[in-house]
Amino acid sequence: MKIIVCIKQVPATMKVEVDAESGTLKRIGQNAKTNPYDLYAIEAALRIREQVGGSVTALTMGPQQTEEMMRDAYMMGVDEAVVMSDPKFAGSDVLATSFTLFQGIRLLGGADLIICGKQTTDGDTAQIGPAIAEHMGIPHVAWVSNIERVTTDLISVIQKTGSFIQESEMKFPCLITVDKDIFVPRLPSYRLGLATANKNIRFISFKDLSDKNMTRYGLIGSPTKVEKMFQPESSDGQEYINGTSIEKADSIFELLKNQKII
Amino acid sequence: MNFIHFDVNKCILCRECIEKCPFNALCMGKNGIEVNDACRMCSVCVKVCSAEAISFEQKAGVVDKSEWNGILVYIEQDHGDIHPVAFELIGEAHRLAAIVGFDVYAVIVGADGTENNAEKLIAYGVKKVFVYEHKGFYGFKADCYTDAVSDCIAMLKPSVVLIGATSVGRSLSPRLSTRFHTGLTADCTKLLMSENTDLIQIRPAFGGNIMAQILVEDSRPQFATVRYKVMERAEKIENPVGEVVRCNVTDYLAQSRIKVCGIKSIHRKKMIEEEEILVVAGRGVKDEKGLNLVKGLAENLGGQLCFTRPMIESGLGDTAHQIGLSGRTVKPKLIITCGVSGAIQFSSCMNGSECIIAINNDPNSQIFNIAHYCIVDNLYEIVPRLLERIQTQKEA
Repeated sequence: MKIIVCIKQVPATMKVEVDAESGTLKRIGQNAKTNPYDLYAIEAALRIREQVGGSVTALTMGPQQTEEMMRDAYMMGVDEAVVMSDPKFAGSDVLATSFTLFQGIRLLGGADLIICGKQTTDGDTAQIGPAIAEHMGIPHVAWVSNIERVTTDLISVIQKTGSFIQESEMKFPCLITVDKDIFVPRLPSYRLGLATANKNIRFISFKDLSDKNMTRYGLIGSPTKVEKMFQPESSDGQEYINGTSIEKADSIFELLKNQKII
Repeated sequence: MNFIHFDVNKCILCRECIEKCPFNALCMGKNGIEVNDACRMCSVCVKVCSAEAISFEQKAGVVDKSEWNGILVYIEQDHGDIHPVAFELIGEAHRLAAIVGFDVYAVIVGADGTENNAEKLIAYGVKKVFVYEHKGFYGFKADCYTDAVSDCIAMLKPSVVLIGATSVGRSLSPRLSTRFHTGLTADCTKLLMSENTDLIQIRPAFGGNIMAQILVEDSRPQFATVRYKVMERAEKIENPVGEVVRCNVTDYLAQSRIKVCGIKSIHRKKMIEEEEILVVAGRGVKDEKGLNLVKGLAENLGGQLCFTRPMIESGLGDTAHQIGLSGRTVKPKLIITCGVSGAIQFSSCMNGSECIIAINNDPNSQIFNIAHYCIVDNLYEIVPRLLERIQTQKEA
């Protein structure tokens, strides 16, 4: 059983500001951490490995600094850590990122099961997992809240769809994205840290990939263009609603109606 | 359009795809299998090919935008019922369509009863509703739902596809946008239409700390997901002229590698931390009559009634619904406090709420320091009138 977990490094703080003149992001501090939702994905992978055997590979795309995150993944217990890093990957949107990861997975010889976190905390799109599944032509279930059964051939999972929960079964190969709280992620182990301190982290760059069509990668391969960023209008203001009791009640009613509560 | 790609080295010329193609779009040419204009990207050939020689490819590069017209809305069904976000998407689609003279279309996929639901959409001014009904679409299966909607997109060639940002919609949309090699913007909070049919998509990023404005300039269709309760719901129109189009669904199109083992409804009552709307009763609620008033307000708004500590101590409320340091911390979208003074032990556990409406007859109450909307009045005057207005609205 070969499991690949896709993880991402995100800024440690989400407090970002926009430079009003240039319209570009001012990142406060360079601190980065593992996307918290990906820890659940790693945990799910490790538990499946404990149950049915096999190996867990952590895969990420990003700058060279992601090495630190991959050390943490080793300390949690993954068997192999792979970083896809190349200036040609910069500026990738969902389509280009998922394509690049798909190429990486292909280079690693594919996987029986691919696990992603439900979303990242910086992009919040929750799109990469299903997009990878589409590139690979394999089925997926997103936002898995529970794994009911896993064997060497198939996995049965619970997902919430609308006001119902659905149990779905898929044969391998397939992909799942896991919701938070599916399991409690284990802490990095000091002992594993020592044991893996000299363990190699594999780096993959553009030249290693089989598909070298540049129009599929990075900014060129990204159909979505971020035209500009801006600060949301703040709504900290306070308002006293005046009038007779009936007028006040009517004002609240209009307020609720405008907010689509009623 | 050049979506289907044949790998001549892998193809074993078994003709299986030609026979199974529901649209007679494949034929044997000089250099192997060829695709003609009848292709609707239904993916049946990709599924039946035992040699894995067929894949979807769309050439990168600039598309001719004039070939892609109209707005297609994906209609999600929540196990038999139309998900209400669909009506909001239709409303938004009409608004955007009017700017560039587009028509609004809808696509609906599901098992028994899907066509009945499709009929209901005509009243909202949808020109055509494309129906993919088949027992194989029971439950939600990302792979074959993608095949069905792709079939519709390839036939219609819409400029924009709008999908609800529900758990189902956000699972389906990335597969669709990937298949068409185009852009998808998640959770748009605002959409604008340019004269050249580029959709200006605005969405929050970095946990809502920043807004990003996104364009898809060189490819079509433009996919966007929008959350429930963000856009204006469509109104019914007089004398609607739309039609329901039942699309051909072969067993292959409805075939999935996901097996639905069971579907259960969720009947667990939400904890107050999970609620989006809360009404709080404080000491100003003095009796059974007052309690019934605020309870009625909570129920009519689809939320739950909570209490401050003194209310628990006097036996009017239960601890599972207590907000405060000795109770629970909440962060709903809307919280209406009735007769709550707003001591720090209480307010520190709810001041992260998105919208706080406070009703209290004492103008010096601390609650007015944190409320977004302040109503200095007697709750016994305000709440009955508010309830009356809400109930009249619901009946209309």
